[in-house]
Amino acid sequence: MIETQDLGKQFHDFMAVDGVNLSVQPGQILALLGQNGAGKTTTVRMLTALLQPSRGWARVAGYDVVKKGHDVRASVGVLTEQHGLYMRMTAIEYLDFFGQVYSLSPSARKMRSENLLDYFGLAEAAKRRIGEYSKGMRQKLALARAMMHEPGVLLLDEPTSAMDPESARLVRDEIARLKSSSRTIVICSHNLTEVEALADKIAIIYRGRILIQGSLDELKRQVLGAPEYEIKFAEAWDARGVQLPHGVETVSVTPTSLKVRVEAPGDANPQLLKSLSTVSAPLLAFQEETRTLEQVYLKVMAEAKGREYVQ
Amino acid sequence: MSSKLRPVLLVAWRELRDQLRDWRVLMPMVILTLSFPFLMNEFAKQTVDFLNQFNANLIIDRLVPFSIMIIGFFPITISLVVALESFVGEKERGTIEPLLSAPFDDWQLYFGKLLVGVATPLIASYLSIGLYLIMVSRQGIALPSFSVMVQLLLLTTAHAVLMVSAAIVISVQSTSVKAANLLASFVVIPVAILMQGEAVMLFWGNEQVLWLAVVGVLIIALLLIRVGIAHFQREYLLGREIDTLNFHWMWRTFWRNFIGGAASLWDWYGRVLRDSLRRILPALAFTLLIAGVSAWLSYAWVMDNVSDTISKASPESLSRFEESLGELPDLSSLDGKLNASFLFLNNTRAVAVIFLVGMFSFSVLGVLIYMLNIGLIGGLYALFELLGLQPLPLFMAGVAPHGIFELPALMIGSAVVLYIGAAIVTPQTGKSMGEVILELMADWAKLFIGLVVPLLAIAAVIEAYITPGILLSVIGAG
Repeated sequence: MIETQDLGKQFHDFMAVDGVNLSVQPGQILALLGQNGAGKTTTVRMLTALLQPSRGWARVAGYDVVKKGHDVRASVGVLTEQHGLYMRMTAIEYLDFFGQVYSLSPSARKMRSENLLDYFGLAEAAKRRIGEYSKGMRQKLALARAMMHEPGVLLLDEPTSAMDPESARLVRDEIARLKSSSRTIVICSHNLTEVEALADKIAIIYRGRILIQGSLDELKRQVLGAPEYEIKFAEAWDARGVQLPHGVETVSVTPTSLKVRVEAPGDANPQLLKSLSTVSAPLLAFQEETRTLEQVYLKVMAEAKGREYVQ
Repeated sequence: MSSKLRPVLLVAWRELRDQLRDWRVLMPMVILTLSFPFLMNEFAKQTVDFLNQFNANLIIDRLVPFSIMIIGFFPITISLVVALESFVGEKERGTIEPLLSAPFDDWQLYFGKLLVGVATPLIASYLSIGLYLIMVSRQGIALPSFSVMVQLLLLTTAHAVLMVSAAIVISVQSTSVKAANLLASFVVIPVAILMQGEAVMLFWGNEQVLWLAVVGVLIIALLLIRVGIAHFQREYLLGREIDTLNFHWMWRTFWRNFIGGAASLWDWYGRVLRDSLRRILPALAFTLLIAGVSAWLSYAWVMDNVSDTISKASPESLSRFEESLGELPDLSSLDGKLNASFLFLNNTRAVAVIFLVGMFSFSVLGVLIYMLNIGLIGGLYALFELLGLQPLPLFMAGVAPHGIFELPALMIGSAVVLYIGAAIVTPQTGKSMGEVILELMADWAKLFIGLVVPLLAIAAVIEAYITPGILLSVIGAG
């Protein structure tokens, strides 16, 4: 698991990370979102015991990142922003080297590297120099390296960047599998669709500070408000006489539709449907308005920049 | 222990394998290793033919050892690129982060790089030397003695360790390969100059001095390794991206440490300077010890050697010596002619030189100059004794009045250099090497401006206007 409290990192006069509090349990995926230079990589580097925090503390896999840096590094698999591959090595040599680094036995190294290369579709290219690999193949190999020693904690920076849709799907499936096997995973990504699909928790970071964090639903509700539903009628309808239940608020009304905001959909929606059944016009559709993580992200960022501008 | 060393070998083996696959490293190394012995052999042959015309047998004898030293040196300079690239090259290629994220201790990573950095040039050097020796022996030219051969191989090894350890320090501290390669001249040129000195010793044929050179080079190499490990920080390898000289930051860091937040001059003397002085106290104690040892050594050396020379000297030599003594300036003529500003500038320059040479040699050369200065007192004391003079009253009159101020100034000036040398080779967490050096320079400046300069100024005034009078009165009384 990962826990941080008031984690901060200062480079001379620049505060790269400023009071970050995180908690990621085994079997959870946290996605760190933010602009380039927001502090995501610095946070990940502190969690890998590569950078010493200027303030606060962090524990990864039960080890303090300052006092037990060696143990932290042994328990973590990292996919770095740059792939960090040795171009003159073959994929099999590369994975074997990192297997040795993490003290795996020769048989475990062989089995593990073969499995990973096979899973990521690199088995045929296993004896080719990495320098000859495409960008996507390099990304897959770097990911295989991070998973080589089956770490309890995975810190993945843009895990599917430069990958074709098929490979990206493979990686997402593997991340989901790792999550189900109680791994603690942190992903830094600009791919919001991927984050929506994978993350249990999302944290948006801006200028080193976490602006907001929580599950996708929590973020949507917090940033965009209660969910909205659009009700479409087959013909013009008469709103008179329709009593909206408690917690349902009208957003807009057109001759053939109604848009409402529902505070507690679980309780209010059945009652709403019951009320709507009294309308003479036939009900055509009842659907929730699509609200994406992108909307949440853009709104949070716009508000942060607005606050900054005012200040 | 073997589990601790395993990562070192792992890092080294991977790096070595990478090098052996890089023709840009391999080809120059192979060409130099194999071709240079032939060139050197041809050069030696021509030189021997030429010198035989003049019966310059001594030079011919020394030519082969000299050639061995040169042959051993060249592959090291080419292989230096491997050491220079060791960290900064990985950083530039983006491969450093996975390596730094691995469960290695800092020293394991460092020694892995150092091992391969030293091993590659040494293998090339030894091969080159071996090839040359085969060629020389086939021509019937006498090979150097066994002890000289051992010295030459050790000297080559010491050069490799020295250059590679310096190159790795550069590699860790540089932000780009380009910067590291530019800084390589700070390794190659001093070692080339050092080799000129060693070549002189080789032609001189003094094996004892050559052994001292081997030991000296190895000590500096070990200190460089220590500096490298002390200032190896994963954070700085990842953190710094660009090569810029930030004069504003440098000045601010220096000034902040120099002023130390003092509110007034009184506060600066009472708190900031006192703190700096307290920090150098162990070094000051050591400097005092060195003073005692060097004074005693020079006293003993003069007593042994000069008295021996006097006893063995011919009557003619003695009379010539007496004549030259008669030509010594009349001490009474010095009264009033010694200029205080000249004395002050001369002594201040001496302390500044101790600092400058100390900074570039982990304080070793600075301390040597200090020892020479103190040694002069012991030597002079012994000489006076041998000449039948009363040294103690002479010293009390001629040295003590200004020495009370001058010697502490010299000791503080030397102790701070010793402290700087020790601090540079000590790990300083959370600080870059640049920050550490700037802080140390601020410490030196504080002590130099706040204590050494005032003490030397007082000493100069006393030496110019009071000491001659006291000395003359003592000599007159004598």
